[in-house]
Amino acid sequence: MNEELIRTLNSIVANATPLVIASIGETVTERAGVVNLSLDGSIILSAMVGFVAALASGSPVVGVLAAMLVGGLMALIVAFGGITLRQDQVAVGFVLTLLAANLAQFLGQNYTRIPGPQILNTPLPVVEQIPVIGPVFFRQSIFVYISYVLVFGLWYWLFRTRPGLAHRAVGERPATAFARGTRVNVLRYVYTGVGGALVGLAGAAYSLNVKAGWSTPPSMAGDGWIALAIVIFGGWHPFRVVLGAYLFAGLRVLANVIQRTPDVSIPVVLLNGVPWALMIITLLLVSSGAIERLVRVLPRPAQKWTRNFLRSDPPAALGTRFEPE
Amino acid sequence: MDIELRHIHKHFGPVHANNDISLSFRGGRIVGILGENGAGKSTLMKILSGFQPMDGGEIYINGARVDYTGPQAAIRCGVGMLQQDPLDVAAFTVLENFIYGQAGGLALKRREGRARLEQICSRFGFSLDAETPIAQLSIGQRQQLEIVRLLSQGVKTLILDEPTTGISAEQKTILFNALRDLAARDGMSILLVSHKLEDVIALCDEVAVLRGGRLVGTRDMPATTSELVAMMFGQELPPQTRQPLNLEGAETALVLENLTLRGKRVTVENLSLRVRAGEIVGLAGLDGSGQEMLLRACVGLIKPAHGRVMIGGENLTGAPYRAFLARGVAFGAAGRLEEGLVAGLSLTEHIALAHETGALVDWPRARRHTEEQLRHYNVRGRPESRVETLSGGNQQRLLMALMPPRPLLMALEQPTRGLDVDSSRWIWQQLLARRANGTAILFSSAELDELVAYSDRILVFYAGRVFEIPDASRASIDELGRLIGGHFDGASEA
Repeated sequence: MNEELIRTLNSIVANATPLVIASIGETVTERAGVVNLSLDGSIILSAMVGFVAALASGSPVVGVLAAMLVGGLMALIVAFGGITLRQDQVAVGFVLTLLAANLAQFLGQNYTRIPGPQILNTPLPVVEQIPVIGPVFFRQSIFVYISYVLVFGLWYWLFRTRPGLAHRAVGERPATAFARGTRVNVLRYVYTGVGGALVGLAGAAYSLNVKAGWSTPPSMAGDGWIALAIVIFGGWHPFRVVLGAYLFAGLRVLANVIQRTPDVSIPVVLLNGVPWALMIITLLLVSSGAIERLVRVLPRPAQKWTRNFLRSDPPAALGTRFEPE
Repeated sequence: MDIELRHIHKHFGPVHANNDISLSFRGGRIVGILGENGAGKSTLMKILSGFQPMDGGEIYINGARVDYTGPQAAIRCGVGMLQQDPLDVAAFTVLENFIYGQAGGLALKRREGRARLEQICSRFGFSLDAETPIAQLSIGQRQQLEIVRLLSQGVKTLILDEPTTGISAEQKTILFNALRDLAARDGMSILLVSHKLEDVIALCDEVAVLRGGRLVGTRDMPATTSELVAMMFGQELPPQTRQPLNLEGAETALVLENLTLRGKRVTVENLSLRVRAGEIVGLAGLDGSGQEMLLRACVGLIKPAHGRVMIGGENLTGAPYRAFLARGVAFGAAGRLEEGLVAGLSLTEHIALAHETGALVDWPRARRHTEEQLRHYNVRGRPESRVETLSGGNQQRLLMALMPPRPLLMALEQPTRGLDVDSSRWIWQQLLARRANGTAILFSSAELDELVAYSDRILVFYAGRVFEIPDASRASIDELGRLIGGHFDGASEA
């Protein structure tokens, strides 16, 4: 296969990875019925903290842990505001995202554009030798391998384990979860925190690997919102979420490739805007009745599969409060 | 399993929902828990099954005192409750719902779960496919699943809250056979909360009757419907004096022609009705029997599946609510704060919303108008008070003030719900005054004496079927109670 194509695919997987990790984290949270809207600010702040901690300690591992701690704490603020203080989760998360983004730029102002530790790619032995698949998926950084584990792990957890049933029930119908002996608000705290820690991990993946270093304005600004949209695009299902992240990153890389091709003259600004426009159109499509109309045109055997794959029902209790009687 | 409840008390705000209730249930028997809406039966059962904490009292199981911390703890003590709207998760499959809540390790053990599910289902003739999503099941099937799940968790006392609402006759037969079998062969106690006397008579060995939060008494079955009604509703009220009504030559306010309304749980089919100006039609029935749908269809809030709605001779079928309002229809919702008023707005703002028609609000005039209206309608509240700070009675009076003074038709959902006797009487004075001016009134109520006292005609709804009592002045509360419970031999179907 074409060397150039493999390099491009490899770069798509690498670029998509922080999005994958962040949107899997948000899926964990939203599956428990909590909306953590602080994603964008959380990623930026944890990227900064991760970079600075790695720089100060000289150890990237410390950086990763610090970033996860920041992401987890930010999410717990949303949980505290939404569950304990009974405030609107969307409002708390939104304010928090603005605060965190600005705080990151303020606290990180002395660390911009300086070299620091990085986590380099570590090809996985044996599997990297598989033709095509090896070079694309297994000559990557540890973050990418973690993302694979997260995607399959979350799928297994949600759909194949007993605690996964409780996890989903808390997000779907907390009154039922309560009746079955599940401690609804405790679980919501836990999953919000875990999801937030993964968002922090995504921040570290940016500042220690994909977009190594720290700069102002932050190079990953806006990606948190994309991750939120990818969760919706992915229908809260890990496999579709990862597909959405790869699709989005693919469009971005494609834009870069076209930009470098001399014969094609498409304005840079337009190319950069394409993924966002595509995201809006996709979200409109999956959340409107258009899909259903489209499905009816398809041949009958394809209908059920298409409908299941494209269905996008959010967890029924998403964003709501639960108070046991 | 023997259960004893001692001196159970439960308050909701000012309402004493359970007042010193002591009761005992023996294993192997099916006991009906009877009472009107708001009698306290659901509250008592929720306390027994751990869904609600009690304010005072004790529960003994097989002689030992128990203290629950929640529904799951009650299930471990052997008491499980099937809620009216089964507590399951719509996004789960049947098997996932069955497994969720049962003890076990990390793995789902689907094969074991499926075997157990199928084993219990086959005993009772339930047909549940393990991989079907809950969202595709009927209420009757969801109930079956809950029963199967509770049995699998080792429940020895099964409480069912209105289990026959919204299920088919066939499913009811299957359910009743299963309950009889569980009582007879497994020695389980079955507690059936129901309004439906025919179900209680068909199934129960014993009944306990609650009224106004207190235990009226228990008795062994069989008992006749009228004996049960007497226990449920107490003695009959003295007959009300009413104005003789002369509808000769009165204009027609509302005509329904072959109206079919499809709801989630009930379908009202092929109903025809003509209401003349100045006529009061009461709608009786248990919550969710179709009377709410009918009221809302008369004001354009629900579109009928078939048939026509005519207001003052004009066909408004399918027209929007605004068109109904413009023709002189007024609607009063049961949820006063939820649908009738705007919580957060002041009384003056409400009056301005209803009566100021220009683009700009003349606030001094709106305030003067509000003061007048508050005096006239005897609302105890200041013009600048927020509406949610008013008592229920005052909110209802304000709603009256907001309605047009001489509507052609008023459609009112439970206009006196939760009001004390004085407020109710005042509301009815107002309504009767409007009726004297030629307003036709359609109202629903859970109070049988109110229906009998004020209606010219009564329509009784039972699971979407409608029976007419053409002359309400000759109806007795006893007769009405039996119709509401589904005993309509000899009554004419509308």
